Amino acid sequence: MDFSLPPEAEDFRRQVRDFLAANLTEEMIEATRDGTIHSPSLHRAMADRGWLSGAVPAELGGGGLDPVELCVLIEELQLHRAPIDALGVAIVTVSMVLEHGGDHLREAVVPRLLSGEALACFGYSEPESGSDVAAARTRAVRDGDEWVIDGSKMWTTMAHVADYVVLLTRTDPDVGKHEGLTFFVVPLDLPGIEIRPVATMGTERSNATFYDGVRLGDEWRLGDVGGGWRVMKTALKYERGIAGGQFPSPPVVEAAVDWARRTSDGAGRRLIDRDDVRDRLVRAMIDVEVARSFAYHTAALASDGVMFGVEGSMTKLFASEAYKKHCSWFLDLMGAEGLRTAADPGAHMGGRIEENFRHAPVTAIYGGTSEINRNIVAESHLGLPRAR
Amino acid sequence: MRTWYSTDQEAIDSAFGAFFGAESPIETVRAAEPTGFDPELWASLAAMGGAGMALPEPRGGGADLTDLAVVARQLGRHLAPVPLIEHSVACRLLAAAAAGSARVRQGEAAPVTESRTGPDLAESVSAAESGPGPDLAESVSAAESASGPDLEALLAELAAGDRIATLTLRPVTSGQARLTPAGAVAGAVAGFDGADLVLDLSEPPGSAVPNTADLPLADRDLTGATAVASGPAAARLWAAARAEWQALMAAACAGLAARSLEIGVAYVMERRQFGVPVGSFQAVQHGLAEAAVRAEGGRLLAHRAAWALGAGRPDGNRLAAMALVFCAEAARFAADRALQYHGGYGYSAEYDVQLYYRRAAGWPLQMGEPAALVAELADRDLGPRGEPAAGTEADRGERAAG
Repeated sequence: MDFSLPPEAEDFRRQVRDFLAANLTEEMIEATRDGTIHSPSLHRAMADRGWLSGAVPAELGGGGLDPVELCVLIEELQLHRAPIDALGVAIVTVSMVLEHGGDHLREAVVPRLLSGEALACFGYSEPESGSDVAAARTRAVRDGDEWVIDGSKMWTTMAHVADYVVLLTRTDPDVGKHEGLTFFVVPLDLPGIEIRPVATMGTERSNATFYDGVRLGDEWRLGDVGGGWRVMKTALKYERGIAGGQFPSPPVVEAAVDWARRTSDGAGRRLIDRDDVRDRLVRAMIDVEVARSFAYHTAALASDGVMFGVEGSMTKLFASEAYKKHCSWFLDLMGAEGLRTAADPGAHMGGRIEENFRHAPVTAIYGGTSEINRNIVAESHLGLPRAR
Repeated sequence: MRTWYSTDQEAIDSAFGAFFGAESPIETVRAAEPTGFDPELWASLAAMGGAGMALPEPRGGGADLTDLAVVARQLGRHLAPVPLIEHSVACRLLAAAAAGSARVRQGEAAPVTESRTGPDLAESVSAAESGPGPDLAESVSAAESASGPDLEALLAELAAGDRIATLTLRPVTSGQARLTPAGAVAGAVAGFDGADLVLDLSEPPGSAVPNTADLPLADRDLTGATAVASGPAAARLWAAARAEWQALMAAACAGLAARSLEIGVAYVMERRQFGVPVGSFQAVQHGLAEAAVRAEGGRLLAHRAAWALGAGRPDGNRLAAMALVFCAEAARFAADRALQYHGGYGYSAEYDVQLYYRRAAGWPLQMGEPAALVAELADRDLGPRGEPAAGTEADRGERAAG
């Protein structure tokens, strides 16, 4: 066994750090307080470096970044708190189009996404279907050479700045729920589309999107008619590859250590000298190393050509649940002072712990809830039957 | 980067899996209680070269720490009643001490006579963080190399499995090593008294202190022990040995956790309540799944720690301690879930899951309280208590912006 990152990946880490030192500013991070966790200039700068196309699997025509390097990229971006909501969506969308899309999508959409000129968002969930994503009811009906789409989608985060939505629709309501699904890549400027903001407990703005008689040509179809579930499965596969959720805790731990060093308790003792505080800080650091072991393991498997499955679920489940726990611990650590938000100039480190505390719950929900991931572990890893 | 077994390690894994499967079935584990030691199993293990595998190749071994972690995981899966982890770590420790003495004898390094009081423990241990260094020979006491135990002869005995070696894990105070791991059966006990690495070769008692996990623990009197290394070299050797034990025990706990879950899964698939297998209930599935994630994360961290120690990485000791803290909890949680989903039968002596439950607690506790390990990690990562504050209110804004 050898857990050392290859020299190329260590070189790449230095490149990413240099890139972030030159391109990521505190202003960019602060700008995300408007709810859009995306920086156009940072996104384009990463595209210019070839990191978006590099992250697309080589067998689909992308490549240049080994999965271990991609893991390092995500790790560094998260350690530096870079706003990257658009990054994973772009990479997954391009991968889906290259695997399942026709000539039009490959020519019209792929270059624009890879250059960073255009953005995409996912339209899977609906008001009535979240984890049960195959229950989608948004209808697409053929009308001559065109399709007409009616329905609504939830959690289309980034839709208000994106150019395309990757839309899961029902084209045949009379067959089994997994059989009647079809994907489209829908330009968001088409008539009949309405985007309404959904405010969240975290800083993030999400959206609900509504489709009322939206007409588009068959060239925007992604994959076969009725083949939507197969496309969905590849989307989940690519999403796991660039989950981007492996390293959420370190900035929070850093802020907690800083607070504990600077702050004394009522008895005049520095918090960092107290056993209970040291215990939690160390346990959070242990969780970070476990999450890192998981992340490197999945990346190494992918690099070796093994398409991991349950390992991705374990990584995401562990990292997000640990992150949530850490945010809760360290909010407590700060006591009443932890309640100050970023809007207060006296908030410690820009209210970082407070903000992460409000953000953390969604990480155990989106991209596969912890419960769905436990189902996957129970079935694929432990061999237990499908539960209800 | 290869986070999975090499071809050789796959062979080691299946060989030891098959060996323990055949030679250490659960009936053997039960029969070995309460000493926690099966002499026949040990003899079989020695016959296949297991006793000496941790030693350097010229001494009949050649397994590195990542290989030993593979073996430790199988030992954990089978609850094998042999002190192979302690013996392996002690072998590596004594071989390193012998190598130091030899270099002194051959005049390659100047002997340094150091007083037995030496530097204080904290200093020595912190000096030792970097693992055994090239200056090891310099610090091995000349007196030991002349009149101390014949390490060469001892290592040959250990390689053959004719004598079992162990280490006290916790520092020896006033010559007493309470609850020495494998102390019931080990004829070579290495310990650290704050200044010297000492070695005791007296006869083991043969019986164990009755204990939760049916481990071969014994209170050992080390007042007759002799020093085999002293000063910074001794502290360095000791710190390295502790870290190695932590990494290997972490791997054993990960194996124990995985096997507990297999036992739990088999039971919940067989046991029916309310007309369906208990394992079809999501509450049961999610408890087992959560335990599986922790067991797998712990396994990866344990292997990574063993690799880091073997490769001499600066974070090796840190990862080893972290791996033990995490894997100990993961093992206890896995055994707890597996026992819980057995219902009442899990509590009965007849079912095997209770054997795992007790060992999940007892094995890692041989090192001492987990809080002490966490406190060591805190000193390492956060600095000792009472250090001056790293920053002031005045630089807060600057730091926040950076």
